[in-house]
Amino acid sequence: MSWLSRLFSKWLPKESSNWQWFYRLGSPRWFYQRSGQWLPWVSLAALLVLATGLVWGLAFAPEDARQGNSFRIIYIHVPAAFLAQSGYFIMAIAGAIGLIWKMKISYMVMKAAAPIGAALTFIALFTGAVWGKPTWGAYWVWDARITSMLILLFLYAGVMALQYAYHSVDAASKASAILALVGTVNIPIINKSVDWWYTLHQPATIKLTSAPSMHMDMFMPLLVMIVGFYLFYAVALILHTRNEILRRERKTSWVRELATAKAGS
Amino acid sequence: MHPLRKQRLQLVILLVAAAALVIGLVVYMLRENGNFFYTPAQIVSGEAPQSTFLRAGGMVVDGSVLRSDDSLWVQFKITDGVEMLTVEHTGILPDLFAEGEAAIASGKVDENLVLQATQILAKHDEKYTPPEVADAMNAAYKAKQEDKKEQAGSYK
Repeated sequence: MSWLSRLFSKWLPKESSNWQWFYRLGSPRWFYQRSGQWLPWVSLAALLVLATGLVWGLAFAPEDARQGNSFRIIYIHVPAAFLAQSGYFIMAIAGAIGLIWKMKISYMVMKAAAPIGAALTFIALFTGAVWGKPTWGAYWVWDARITSMLILLFLYAGVMALQYAYHSVDAASKASAILALVGTVNIPIINKSVDWWYTLHQPATIKLTSAPSMHMDMFMPLLVMIVGFYLFYAVALILHTRNEILRRERKTSWVRELATAKAGS
Repeated sequence: MHPLRKQRLQLVILLVAAAALVIGLVVYMLRENGNFFYTPAQIVSGEAPQSTFLRAGGMVVDGSVLRSDDSLWVQFKITDGVEMLTVEHTGILPDLFAEGEAAIASGKVDENLVLQATQILAKHDEKYTPPEVADAMNAAYKAKQEDKKEQAGSYK
């Protein structure tokens, strides 16, 4: 398999000092301290952007000519579905880094990403059902898009379940990472399902290659909401990861010091 | 890169590639069965299964909707631009059901090639437009049609 390593060697970190930051990032203590500094700012940004997007989308964007006000659920549905899929990649990449570099922090990020992604997938499915009843005439149909999204929810649930299926943290992390990596194949299927098959779900409104098939007055708040959801996701992931760091590193001296300092103050 | 890490990286890449291959083949096999509905052309040509439950999807033909005066019975035609299929249904239609819009009917095709539907779903497209813009677009479209008619008339 030397051809494979030659192919990738260009982009891979060498054991030199250039990659010091990468290894430092892998230290739970370093991440805990740094993320504590980022957290207030990211939270504030998420709050502001989400509030702007929600008020803009729900109150000021024009209603849809055919659907009326029920289309406004798009401002929750689409960002949640976006993050459900992006979040899966984050989880799987964290799992891969854990498998290859044995970096403790990446397994913690992977574990933290699973419940957040599952919640976002559920929100996407639920808002879709609520919108589907008045628009399509059915809460749920088994078309390719909706079914592949349900599989995504099961994959997240599988990763969460595997975390508790082993006594050893290392075995649980490895098994979860492998499941997360295999499941990545589902993401392009979700994405392309509306083009590959005849589905009840409409094709994508937002495309990378062309202008959105949505009026600009409706599209701008949607874009704000997507950015807001990314920021919110970052906040949720940092919070969950910090919890996991404290839980797994509870026997180390720096966490003990942190706990006694908190208790004393 | 450390040889051990390199080996683990190769394993990870192999794992994802193998999973993609296997699931890709399954998806390739499913490509017909993965469809949520048949088109009228597939049903008329006999490609779709006969006398069993199926779904048909297409555009509701303009002016084809017939309603009963004293019941919820409704009849309309759907088209994929190639063939037309008549659909009959007794029940309430979704709010977004309209002529010139896409709909999906599920039921059985009878011997007269009429789909006796038990459920009608409206299919929404990916376009979102504010009402004023939609009105303006419709007005512009109508004006253009009338222009064409006038032009056609002036040649006579």
